[in-house]
Amino acid sequence: MALKVLVGCKRVIDYAVKIRIKPDKLGVVTEGVKHSMNPFDEIAVEEAMRMKEAKLVNEIIVVSCGPAQAMETIRTALAMGADRGIHVEIPVDQMDTFQPLHVSKVLAKLAEKEKVDIVMLGKLAIDDDSNQTAQMTASLLDWPQGVFASKIDQTDAGLEIIREVDGGLETIRTTLPAVLSADLRLNEPRYATLPNIMKAKKKKVVKMTPADLGVDMAPRIQIVSVEDPPVREAGQTVADVDDLVAKLKEKGFFSA
Amino acid sequence: AKMRGLPKLLSRAKRVRVGFSASEPVLAIQAGILQPDKFTQTFVQLRGLQSSNVISQAPLAAVADTDSGKQLRQELESIVGPGNVSSGESVVLQHGQDEGPHQGKSPDIVVFPSSTEEVSEICKICTKHNIPIIPYGTGTGLEGGISAVDGGVCVNVSKNMNKILQIHQEDFSAVVQPGISREMLNQEVRADGLWFPVDPGADASVCGMCATGASGTNAVRYGTMKENCLNLEVVLADGRIIHTAGIGSRPKKSSAGYNLTSLFLGSEGTLGIITSATVCLHAIPESVAAAVVGFPTVQNAVDTVVMTLQCSVPMARMELLDEVQMKACNEYSGLSYPETPHLFLEFHGSESEVESQTETVRDIAADNEGGEFQWAVQQEDRTKLWTARHRAYYADIALRPGCRSLTTDVCVPVSALPDLVTATKADIAEHGLIGPMVGHVGDGNFHTMLLFDPADPEEFRKCKEVANKMARSAIALGGTCTGEHGVGQGKMVLLEEQFGKDGIDVMRKIKGALDPQQLMNPGKIFSRNCNI
Repeated sequence: MALKVLVGCKRVIDYAVKIRIKPDKLGVVTEGVKHSMNPFDEIAVEEAMRMKEAKLVNEIIVVSCGPAQAMETIRTALAMGADRGIHVEIPVDQMDTFQPLHVSKVLAKLAEKEKVDIVMLGKLAIDDDSNQTAQMTASLLDWPQGVFASKIDQTDAGLEIIREVDGGLETIRTTLPAVLSADLRLNEPRYATLPNIMKAKKKKVVKMTPADLGVDMAPRIQIVSVEDPPVREAGQTVADVDDLVAKLKEKGFFSA
Repeated sequence: AKMRGLPKLLSRAKRVRVGFSASEPVLAIQAGILQPDKFTQTFVQLRGLQSSNVISQAPLAAVADTDSGKQLRQELESIVGPGNVSSGESVVLQHGQDEGPHQGKSPDIVVFPSSTEEVSEICKICTKHNIPIIPYGTGTGLEGGISAVDGGVCVNVSKNMNKILQIHQEDFSAVVQPGISREMLNQEVRADGLWFPVDPGADASVCGMCATGASGTNAVRYGTMKENCLNLEVVLADGRIIHTAGIGSRPKKSSAGYNLTSLFLGSEGTLGIITSATVCLHAIPESVAAAVVGFPTVQNAVDTVVMTLQCSVPMARMELLDEVQMKACNEYSGLSYPETPHLFLEFHGSESEVESQTETVRDIAADNEGGEFQWAVQQEDRTKLWTARHRAYYADIALRPGCRSLTTDVCVPVSALPDLVTATKADIAEHGLIGPMVGHVGDGNFHTMLLFDPADPEEFRKCKEVANKMARSAIALGGTCTGEHGVGQGKMVLLEEQFGKDGIDVMRKIKGALDPQQLMNPGKIFSRNCNI
């Protein structure tokens, strides 16, 4: 019984970049800044690939929502081995108000349209840290969810998933279809190799808009302000142990 | 001795500044006259220094106080800005000590230029005042290459000059500044399906790797820095800026003029400061498999290596860990390998190539009494298999907490390897030392980590004896005293033995032509005040 997987990928500012706040304090600078695929989405693509290599899955569709540059992310996923792509185009000026609820609606519509068995996402995106999309998508589809997955296995009835939770690891079983989200320890993603990058150029990518899927783009959240964390205060050098003790007393670290 | 600019500062004063307290300079007198006090002893232990080797150096406070010190500082600040000049104690201390066993000496001032032009101006000033210049990348060398033996100006080219200038995917090359380390470069190009394969243990500056002619575990297939560098931008002692393969040149090959790139590769900062490097990138292999196999003796393991190479298997990595090293790795990383010599192998290629290579080597290993052949294809399984090898150095230091390691680096033709390794192990045992062994055996290169207590000069002497003996044997067998770490301070004598008087003379003439005042990183490769 070979399954179909829809993998969501987001183009985010590269994790190694130093983030700067825009002068209008409503967001961060993205112009001319290095972007790459959200690391958790790479893990999601990798997991889909391993399922394909284990013959559990026979088709991987990758989807990304965003402006023209989202195509880079789709191509990277195709180079990792996904079969075809869907680019949901969002104009640049609408990116600031494009929020997890909209993404979830898009993914839910696509999941139904493409008749997929698994929607695989990263657990969160490293730019907004929302950790909402997988859960909302599952809710919209009324499908079970296996989020923060660190191991996924197939069973006769569906899937067995080990999840990373605060207290340790939780094992759950779900039926199919299901929505899953990848946590850090699920796998170590492969690198795209040159031959695969070349092959990816020939794979099909279909373009559409949220309107084509009947998704309403009106924002539900308004960003009020974006600020830098408070600047770390300089430390104080102390001359000797007595000075240190005096300063600690001064700051109230001693009860006596 | 020739007096440099700022004579008071750099003359051989008997006072030395050791320790962190600004208000109480600790006096340690040159070896044998007075015992270092308890504070110095503790500090010396912490830094892994040898108390008997604390050589004199003028007090650092003097830099700011003398007229010439102030003038130098002003001139440097006018080039790089006041925020980019420092003579702070912890700053200079950090910039004089690398990760090797040799005690480093602090420079007088550290500057942080932001461009090649600034580096050029700095060199012009130092030339004018006759002050030594020491280039600094990541400070991850093992041969004391950054030690400011005569004090001087340390030029830290990695802090502010940290851009990848160009990436040429289709040409498989990249141009980087000194602040780009090999892991940073890899992270940048992996999305394009490319990688930079030279991987010495540390996450070193790529330009620094050019300066030392670095190599790593992948050299057997992908070559060392020497095979992977197309061009260097170098600032000479007098401030002139040259491009060793031509201005902006990056063809795969060239017959134009003398091979200056080769000259500067491995020159360890004694001929100029590398301010940018054009390096080769390679395609990420389609398929990678890792394997680990144990053997009853080192001879068995090395014979396997020799036969594998004779069968022309294009191995990507072939690493030998002896039984002492395996024990260290087991203890440090919580593994449970049998404590016998092991080979760590990696195969690159298409899926079918990797499969067939693995089969071939599995058979050769079995013929040489190899044990269980563990192998893995999945990324995280391979990472797990290789953990032991990657953490080898730290595992060794953990064998005897508080110890330092004298790491040897001989390289011989592969056919000579079995005998040299066996003789070395016997010598280490005879001297009663602990010396785990790790080798890039595919290149005929192996390292022994000779552990010594920094407070025990006799033990260090024994390590030196073993190391020198090993190097001399290597030279006699048609090899070299240093395969990848460089000469630095510790192997100058061996260099002369390897090249002979005339060979060294040619090197000195070149040094004299490019650096007549002998300002570039003095005391490395050649002894000071060499006759040029």
